[in-house]
Amino acid sequence: MDSDEDFLSTVSSDDDIMLDDSENDDMSNGDEFDDAFDEDPDDEPDLGLQKQKTPVAYDVGYKVYSPGDIQKQQEEMMNEVNMILEMSKEDAAILLRHFRWNKERLIEDFMDNSDKVVEAAGIVTSVANPPQLETLSEFMCDICCDDDEGLQSFAMKCGHRYCVNCYRHYLTQKIREEGEAARIQCPAEGCSRIIDARSLDLLVTPELSDRYQELLNRTYVEDKDTLKWCPAPDCENAVECGIKKKELDKVVPTVACACGYRFCFGCILSDHQPAPCELVKRWLKKCADDSETANWISANTKECPKCNSTIEKNGGCNHMTCRKCKHEFCWMCMGLWSEHGTSWYNCNRFEEKSGTDARDAQAKSRVSLERYLHYYNRYANHEQSARLDKDMYTKTEKKMVQLQSASGMSWIEVQYLNSASQALQTCRQTLKWTYAFAFYLARNNLTEIFEDNQKDLELAVENLSEMFEKPISELADSKLKVDIMDKTSYCNKRRLILLQDTAENLANGMLFDL
Amino acid sequence: MSLGTKRLGKELTKIQKTLPPGITLVKADDLQEWLLDIQVLDQNPIYAGETYRLKFRFGKQYPIEPPEVVFTKQENRPIPMHPHIYSNGIICLDLLGSSGWSPVQNVESVCMSIQSMLTGNTKNHRPEGDADFVSTNKARPKDIEFYYHDNEV
Repeated sequence: MDSDEDFLSTVSSDDDIMLDDSENDDMSNGDEFDDAFDEDPDDEPDLGLQKQKTPVAYDVGYKVYSPGDIQKQQEEMMNEVNMILEMSKEDAAILLRHFRWNKERLIEDFMDNSDKVVEAAGIVTSVANPPQLETLSEFMCDICCDDDEGLQSFAMKCGHRYCVNCYRHYLTQKIREEGEAARIQCPAEGCSRIIDARSLDLLVTPELSDRYQELLNRTYVEDKDTLKWCPAPDCENAVECGIKKKELDKVVPTVACACGYRFCFGCILSDHQPAPCELVKRWLKKCADDSETANWISANTKECPKCNSTIEKNGGCNHMTCRKCKHEFCWMCMGLWSEHGTSWYNCNRFEEKSGTDARDAQAKSRVSLERYLHYYNRYANHEQSARLDKDMYTKTEKKMVQLQSASGMSWIEVQYLNSASQALQTCRQTLKWTYAFAFYLARNNLTEIFEDNQKDLELAVENLSEMFEKPISELADSKLKVDIMDKTSYCNKRRLILLQDTAENLANGMLFDL
Repeated sequence: MSLGTKRLGKELTKIQKTLPPGITLVKADDLQEWLLDIQVLDQNPIYAGETYRLKFRFGKQYPIEPPEVVFTKQENRPIPMHPHIYSNGIICLDLLGSSGWSPVQNVESVCMSIQSMLTGNTKNHRPEGDADFVSTNKARPKDIEFYYHDNEV
């Protein structure tokens, strides 16, 4: 762990780092980041101040939150705003969502001009009566035109009154069908009053209320740049990481969710160390280039510059509003729409440059096709092998049971097979991406070091893979067990060395031919 | 009784009696589909002397959900030229999408919005990518996600 300090102060002494890093090896791959992050402040008091800095060059600080944690965070912020600004929790919640959970800005703006803030967020401040259903005489609902005697109706503080039935239908439509929550407006035309949680509870079934809360929770995570959902299927956790978008060319912010899934915080793809996001994006696009689907996607879709959702434009003008994050941008140049002024239909900022860029890229890809295939075949091979190794992993458990009965070893004693299998998975994932990485790497003296690291890791992985596939009868041999354990540890070590090395070079501005 | 029955009944009673100038009811035999004709009354050379036919279709959720509103083409009833109207009659107007729709809007107010959208227009052309859109679009008008957001025309 001593080496951690070195990484922060001198980021380029490769050799020391390689040696020191070996100490970390016996930690399992999934947890090493967390552990390293948590332990550091104890070992080295100075680091306490630099908690946000990365202890190891390829490592980023992050935290995993359960749905309960997320709920609690929101409530804490609401309580805080509720106390500081002396308003109801419902109003605090609306304001916080309006400010995308930027509490400091909310308080500052509120102190500055509370009327303006309240108006913009859709809160009408008047006497703080709790919302309630009312029965008025001679009332007609403007939505259903019902005017029966005794018709129950509801209005928010804006005074637009509709019958309970219509209100309920309206809210159900918004929540169920359109997935809206934080920004549901009053049904009246042009009224920007936003429905609050208390009014909603009064109007809809508890089941719909739950759904509303769920959607609200989601907007909290989606609104905050430092939070992202774990993309693993059925995982409800969110991960917090302070990485900035502009740092993504220098860091590959890989995080491991509590569910075990490892992904990149920058682009939400599965672990792609050591390749930076931009490179991964290009590589994947390139690899998919020849399929019809990919052609269609590249011809018809773009990604939202803010949240990366894939968007198909199936009509309309160049003014796009991302359905998910509400980011407004120009379809032509992908720039902010607000910078476009009144030139609604034509974005002349892009045309000229796009033409030349596209032509350049085309020429380049033709020339480098052969080179590309070299890297692609190796990339695809590791992907394929990783899949096969994964099949193997499902068989590992069976293997371990068999081995237990064949050799009389205990459950604990056969865990080395599990470790070996996990090491194979992780290392192949890394190896796969080293080929995409190498494809774009500009040739210089660093390239050679990188290729050596890559070669060492590849050799180790293939060796381990071979041992791992031996029949049970041979696995029972205690010498092979020791060999496998050694090789597993060696593979993990080589992987960390490679990651460390590339991460440092990235941070120092490694050159790519993109 | 479905949600919109009473409301549509009232709307129909009203527009059978009176409608703003330039808007006429053509057919409303049931509460699913209505036809209305609209004309641009100002001296806008693009639309002078023409009558256009609008088709309204009401879903089960009307008026919570917007109606589907398109221009339909037939003899003497062309599709008006407008940078927000495709040649198959589909209209890109935010108030016809779920995010711009308010349940307080009605057939009459929609007709008036479309009428004024034509009145104010000076551009005698179709939306960009019209041919493409018309040949490939299979979505229902209200499922098309991106509408024109500018209100200048």
